[in-house]
Amino acid sequence: MSKPAISVENLGKMYRLSHQGRRADSFREAITNTVLGPLRRLRQLSGREETMEEFWALKDVSFEVQPGEVVGIIGRNGAGKSTLLKVLSRIVEPTEGRAVLRGRVASLLEVGTGFHPELSGRENIYLNGSILGMKKREIDAKFDEIVAFSEVEKFLDTPVKRYSSGMYVRLAFAVAAHLDPEILIVDEVLAVGDAEFQKKCLGKMKQVATGTGRTVLFVSHNMAAVSTLCGTGVMLERGQVLATGPVTEIVDRYLSSGRSEVEGKVTPSRPHGASIWITRAELTGGGPDGTSLRMGDELTLRVHFEADPATARPRLGWVLSDASGSRLLCANNRYSPNPPLPEPASEGTVECRLGMVPLMAGRYQLSLYLGDEVRDTHVLLDALNFEIAPHDVWGEGKTPPQGVSAMWWPSKFSVDATETSIGL
Amino acid sequence: MSSLFPHLHETILRPRRGWIAVDWRELWEHRELLGFLVMRDIKVRYKQTVLGAAWAILQPLFAMLIFTLIFGRFAKIPSEDAPYAVFVYAGLLPWTFFSTAVTQAGQALVSQQSLLTKIYLPRMFVPAAPVGGALVDLAISFGVFAIVMAVYQQVPGWGVVMVPLLVLLTIAAALGMGLLLAALTVTYRDFRYVIPFMIQAWMYISPVIYPVSLVPAEYRWALALNPLAGVIDGFRAAFLNRPFDWPTLSISAAVSVALLLVGMFYFRKTERRFADIA
Repeated sequence: MSKPAISVENLGKMYRLSHQGRRADSFREAITNTVLGPLRRLRQLSGREETMEEFWALKDVSFEVQPGEVVGIIGRNGAGKSTLLKVLSRIVEPTEGRAVLRGRVASLLEVGTGFHPELSGRENIYLNGSILGMKKREIDAKFDEIVAFSEVEKFLDTPVKRYSSGMYVRLAFAVAAHLDPEILIVDEVLAVGDAEFQKKCLGKMKQVATGTGRTVLFVSHNMAAVSTLCGTGVMLERGQVLATGPVTEIVDRYLSSGRSEVEGKVTPSRPHGASIWITRAELTGGGPDGTSLRMGDELTLRVHFEADPATARPRLGWVLSDASGSRLLCANNRYSPNPPLPEPASEGTVECRLGMVPLMAGRYQLSLYLGDEVRDTHVLLDALNFEIAPHDVWGEGKTPPQGVSAMWWPSKFSVDATETSIGL
Repeated sequence: MSSLFPHLHETILRPRRGWIAVDWRELWEHRELLGFLVMRDIKVRYKQTVLGAAWAILQPLFAMLIFTLIFGRFAKIPSEDAPYAVFVYAGLLPWTFFSTAVTQAGQALVSQQSLLTKIYLPRMFVPAAPVGGALVDLAISFGVFAIVMAVYQQVPGWGVVMVPLLVLLTIAAALGMGLLLAALTVTYRDFRYVIPFMIQAWMYISPVIYPVSLVPAEYRWALALNPLAGVIDGFRAAFLNRPFDWPTLSISAAVSVALLLVGMFYFRKTERRFADIA
């Protein structure tokens, strides 16, 4: 019996959350804050402050991965997927427990880590390859393959800052795709690039995973990709392993588990450095209790935010996708009319009335993008996971047939009889 | 059946406490990466400038001209019988290298956070790369110095054989200080603002524009605690054909090595928190 390629035993990762930014309510308090603030912050930064809240991003996580297994890690935002990958990639150290990795590990948590905009494509291939853990002669040997895969031959000696974003991503992925480790750890990298290239990447990933007996850990929100690539699934929830098993079972379980999330269970914490962030989000419909959603219901999305500094223009975008990850609809008040608040607020709610969305019965996911005028500071992929129940939308005692299209359409039919003369 | 990959390298991840030894084997295995990072630093340094690498020549020359004018001509600071320009340039050689290397190394981690939070690599290389990059400027400055020496008709003595050792000591001090400041800046961003002041002050406590002999003999040991003091004085002894001040040089050398060790160990101790707080 061969030893597992990855064994994780009771792994835990704890973060200390500091409750920073206590606002001064009076002049006296402002003065004391200025004087005593540095002392308090010194204690905080050096990690010695007692009053900080403990938060376990991972707790008692145990599982094993056999050599050659391709494992999909599934879970909602904040379930601990990224933390798990970071621990296994040696980026952060676990707080308790241990993990043993047998083989050379390469991890790909971001496309193009270490790319320098001033350097040419050629120079960046070597730099990035080396950062990802390749030896120079390995890069030499695979150089032509990398270039061919990236489709940027003509611009090899152009600084990458002149590349289009598509070219940049293609080159970056091409380098990563030619890594040759025994264990490969991949986080959501397929979410970039155009559809065609995504398909190519998925193909390459599949080839890497199945063709060479390599062990792969793969995180994605795209359930279709997870199902095609992986044989085994691990589902995480609130930092713990909820289930492991054949990928189809785990994906099904994931897709049917999210019901309660619609009621506003999304209570994420502030991302580092964000000036505006989501504190709660909910989607309500027209059902009797406002939360069970049926075909033909008017949908309303409410996102509660906090901002520091206060803002008058919170910008919210959302993308609605179906169970397989295909994106169906999107909207963003950066581009649609939405008057600013009369004065800046440090917390509030953005409401978006979607109106009647003619979705068929099934599971859907809503990703949220909150930010300022320029960029999104808080992104929650598939934050809300909800189910639309079949409903008799026309009051005719029938529901539109499932499986024909992603949506039904509220159109009006009329039939006219044309006079036909029989005796031509 | 035995393991499929019997030769496999095992990585064990678990919480560690206290001081962590420097993993020399890992550094050696990844030495090519350091090479690439240094190359990147050098290639990027003078990109999109009109004069390009000429800046590496012009910077020390301008500094030499200004210092010679202000401190040599106007303030009439003694220069131990050598022309002030040669005297100050010999001091600027290690000083410019040191200040550039320390400033850039100190910022290296916070300006490239994705190297901390998105990938694992021997993180010491990140601040070490700008030190390597600054070495190239130092080499160019040596070339310029040869011309300055020729112009002033100065002939170095046998002391020049000490130069490689002196350069090594400067690298040790710069690397030690760079690692220390890089690690501190990750936790306490205050150091981004502290470093420029610190470097400015450091120049005045180093004998860059004045000779060590200006400091009373009984306080010289205190001056020597500054690793740059012994190095700069050594550079002058080597190039201006003067006896070495061995006590000062020895103290400075010891402090340089100590600084390197402190920098490395502090870096290793705090390294495991980098990705959590970056």
